[in-house]
Amino acid sequence: MTSDTSVRSPSHAADHDWGRLNGRLLLVNLSILAAPVAMFLASLAITGGEANLQVIITLGSLFVTLLVISGIGLMRLFTTRYRLTEDRFELHSGLLFRSRRSVPIGRIRGVDLTANPVHRIFGLTTLRIDSGEQSADAGRRLSLDGITKAEALELRRRIIALRDAGRARPVADSDGVLSRLDWSWLRYGPLTVWGVGGVFIAAASAFRVLHELQVNPLELGIVKDIEHRFGTIPLWYGILLAVVVIVVLGMAGSTATFIENWAGYELRREDGGVLRIRRGLLATRSVSIEERHLRGLELVEPIPLRWAKGAKLNAVASGLGDREDNRRRRGLTPPTPRGEALRVAAQALPGGPGLIERQGLLPHPKAALRRRINRALMWSVLIAAVPVVLGLWFGSWLITTGVITGVVLVVVLVAFAFTAYRTLGHGLRGHYLVASSGAFARRTVALQREGIIGWKFSRTPFQRRAGLLTVGATTAAGEGVYHVHDLTEGQGIAFAETAVPGLLAPFIERAPDRG
Amino acid sequence: MERHDNLRLRPPRHRVDRRAIGWWTLQSAVFALPLPLTFGILWASIPPTREFFMWATLISLVPGLLYMAVMPAWRYRVHRWEATNEAVYAASGWLWQQWRVVPLSRVQTVDTLRGPLQQMFGLSGVTVTTASSSAAVKIKGIDHQLASDLVEYLAKCTQAVPGDAT
Repeated sequence: MTSDTSVRSPSHAADHDWGRLNGRLLLVNLSILAAPVAMFLASLAITGGEANLQVIITLGSLFVTLLVISGIGLMRLFTTRYRLTEDRFELHSGLLFRSRRSVPIGRIRGVDLTANPVHRIFGLTTLRIDSGEQSADAGRRLSLDGITKAEALELRRRIIALRDAGRARPVADSDGVLSRLDWSWLRYGPLTVWGVGGVFIAAASAFRVLHELQVNPLELGIVKDIEHRFGTIPLWYGILLAVVVIVVLGMAGSTATFIENWAGYELRREDGGVLRIRRGLLATRSVSIEERHLRGLELVEPIPLRWAKGAKLNAVASGLGDREDNRRRRGLTPPTPRGEALRVAAQALPGGPGLIERQGLLPHPKAALRRRINRALMWSVLIAAVPVVLGLWFGSWLITTGVITGVVLVVVLVAFAFTAYRTLGHGLRGHYLVASSGAFARRTVALQREGIIGWKFSRTPFQRRAGLLTVGATTAAGEGVYHVHDLTEGQGIAFAETAVPGLLAPFIERAPDRG
Repeated sequence: MERHDNLRLRPPRHRVDRRAIGWWTLQSAVFALPLPLTFGILWASIPPTREFFMWATLISLVPGLLYMAVMPAWRYRVHRWEATNEAVYAASGWLWQQWRVVPLSRVQTVDTLRGPLQQMFGLSGVTVTTASSSAAVKIKGIDHQLASDLVEYLAKCTQAVPGDAT
């Protein structure tokens, strides 16, 4: 069949011809076969031309697997057809398992464009359509994996235009850019925590790959050399050096991740009440959140970032996919100065400035502080107990280490307990419930009261003894539940009832005697 | 804020079925007994390791028995439920306890689930889900007939109450 170019033509009337995926996808699909071939050549180069049987089997099976994957991709290329009519978007695909899906235009929540590096080389992009009532499985999402960027942009424009034409909605008065990447924010890049973990993951996967290629990494010249040098320096110096190297590599990794994720970042409010985030260097991502699905905002300040007066802003929105998808897509800003995050927050939500400021939130009872201190003491004792107990058998220097560790931990963790207590806060601000908590990563969340679809009160044995409870406001958006930790029972219930009047009222009673 | 010290949640109206105690006991036995049983058999069958396996049996058996003795009765005291024509309200847990309230206007689905053990006791569980991934209210261990009546009642009410689920 000849390729149908209807969508490429910028005709404004919704045409009823079927569009297809782009033919360049053929090259994309074949290009994944290059990996095993390249690895085979690399292993020949490393081992000096000897092809050993296990390598051949490993790479051969990899090749076959990729062949199947690329075959599936080709099948998709040849069988996928889509079209846009005035009232629905239709997608037909599959040869053995034929799927015909059709979404009413009015149901479409967002249209996202993403392009992975390989797609970008060939000028292709993936268009994803979010629909469906429930923020559930990815199976409900439709995607056109491999159309040209121009086609995708045009298609998105037409879908949004059709959708908003059928909807009586005043066009948002403030149209335009809310925030744009400032390269000086790169200084917050190294402060994201998981860079250090990334070093270990990278090292482990490098080891695995070399091992599969029958190269023992521990026998390589460089490694032998390092090992030899380690033998000649004192142990403490070696450990210090290793820690420094890992931290530096981790910071470099985090910075690179920051650049990959946030290069070209732009947050903009578009026609029809849509917030659109565009970002990414190698893989460009574009996430759109309809404002009526935006149920709130979350300000996150993990410890290294907090010390540098930085923060990150997340959306609390429904329709961003399952929990993992939501975590990947909810970011409204990269790590930025706190003031910038608050400024964006004030513009993104109509809740007014200062909505997610912690100042002015109601403090929690003193019993919450006691809980945190008790927890700090318990962990210090438990951790310190390990070397002390081992010391009973293996020598008294372990006992000394344990005692010192214990003392240091008590000081550090109790300090954390106090910050954690000071972070706690809750309150109602207009249409929003605001809550703040967290010892290491401080999270302040503002959740629309109308978006609360149930309550979940919970008590641990310790909370029961202290007369406290945790209030969970459940919602269809974001994480599904947002907690207000450690309120007294009366306080928590009164707070929930004030936030959503009437829901709890039939289940509340007054205790006969105060207590 | 005014003082609310004497406010509290009243317990939901209905207890779960008494047979639930038997069900929870059996369920905890399935978790708690296989390990001490294995150790016990080894203790009896391999004489040279008698002492080691004796201690292993006792150490694994005692907490398991305690769990079996305490948990079901405690749960029975805590687990309660209630359905009005506006909301479902349920309490669950034993050491860690939870109270959940879901307005019927936000309910998306109502399911029953009967595991093999629940079936042995003629019991059933009802799950009420909303659009939130973590707001499902689960009422476990009520009489099978009662459960199907409850499901029917909730289905009728959720149709009657208008509302958007997201």
